Amino acid sequence: MTTATQNSDRLVIAGKEYNSRLLVGTGKYQDMDETARAIDASGAEIVTVAVRRTNLGQNADEPNILDVLPPERYTILPNTAGCFDVDTAVRTCRLARELLDGHKLVKLEVLGDQQTLFPDVIATLKAAEILVADGFDVMVYTNDDPIVARELEAIGCCAVMPLAAPIGSGLGIRNPLNIRTIVENAKVPVLVDAGVGTASDAAVAMELGCDGVLMNTAIAAAKDPLLMASAMRKGIEAGREAYLAGRMPAKRFASASSPIEGLFF
Amino acid sequence: MQIEINGDRTEVAEAITMAELLEQLALTGKRLAVEVNAELVPRSRFAEHRLAADDRVEIIHAVGGG
Repeated sequence: MTTATQNSDRLVIAGKEYNSRLLVGTGKYQDMDETARAIDASGAEIVTVAVRRTNLGQNADEPNILDVLPPERYTILPNTAGCFDVDTAVRTCRLARELLDGHKLVKLEVLGDQQTLFPDVIATLKAAEILVADGFDVMVYTNDDPIVARELEAIGCCAVMPLAAPIGSGLGIRNPLNIRTIVENAKVPVLVDAGVGTASDAAVAMELGCDGVLMNTAIAAAKDPLLMASAMRKGIEAGREAYLAGRMPAKRFASASSPIEGLFF
Repeated sequence: MQIEINGDRTEVAEAITMAELLEQLALTGKRLAVEVNAELVPRSRFAEHRLAADDRVEIIHAVGGG
């Protein structure tokens, strides 16, 4: 991308500008060192973390994720992964805000089912209302349902994040037309969250007009996570540029690229 | 008295403060957040917050996640 385009084409979430449209999770890596190196290779500026019980007694001195991903360098996005009801999701966000010294940005996910990890959209809507009223900037994980996306935006969520496919499935975008409809309706950033498997999936999301993509397993579970992190970075950039460039219309039949005029036979 | 810390029942001194409890657990100064009976206890109140018998304490931190 040219420098001019880079400078003007920034992702804005809750009033803050970002150069990278790739957001990454920090789970499932072999160790903290691999986590830090993969995230560095991805170029991501926003990284998700989970909130869990502290180890007491044994392992008390093991490195903390925030030591390798310092909040001074990265925008930390605490999630509510593992929450299956409104109350635990809201409590998790309040704990995260305290943990991060009043940082208001959270990723809300309220799950409905262990097998699919699909969102419980009714509970998600309720939790989003409570969190927005409590002053949080809520990036919300949701279904690829344009009506629910519209409601979440109306509640005041600062970004709507429909799934591409189930969390950790790597199936790619199962319903591109719905993603496009969500993008066209939205006035807040739309990011595909979950289900991306490889770089072309990320590019497709961006070509559909999404503002960004959030992923974790696609990088962490690759044979070479660092190389995949780099591939995802390029896939996101390629898809974004293709979207901005405006693709040619698809046609059923051929259209010669070389001139007919001047043929010598 | 007995309280519950991260799901485990534990014997602690009567009317121990949150700050004292965290010191005993060697967690003073670590980046963490605390709930008692599902209510957040801000860091600024650790020194004054006294625990009562059967309180359920959750001490949490950030871990890798997506």
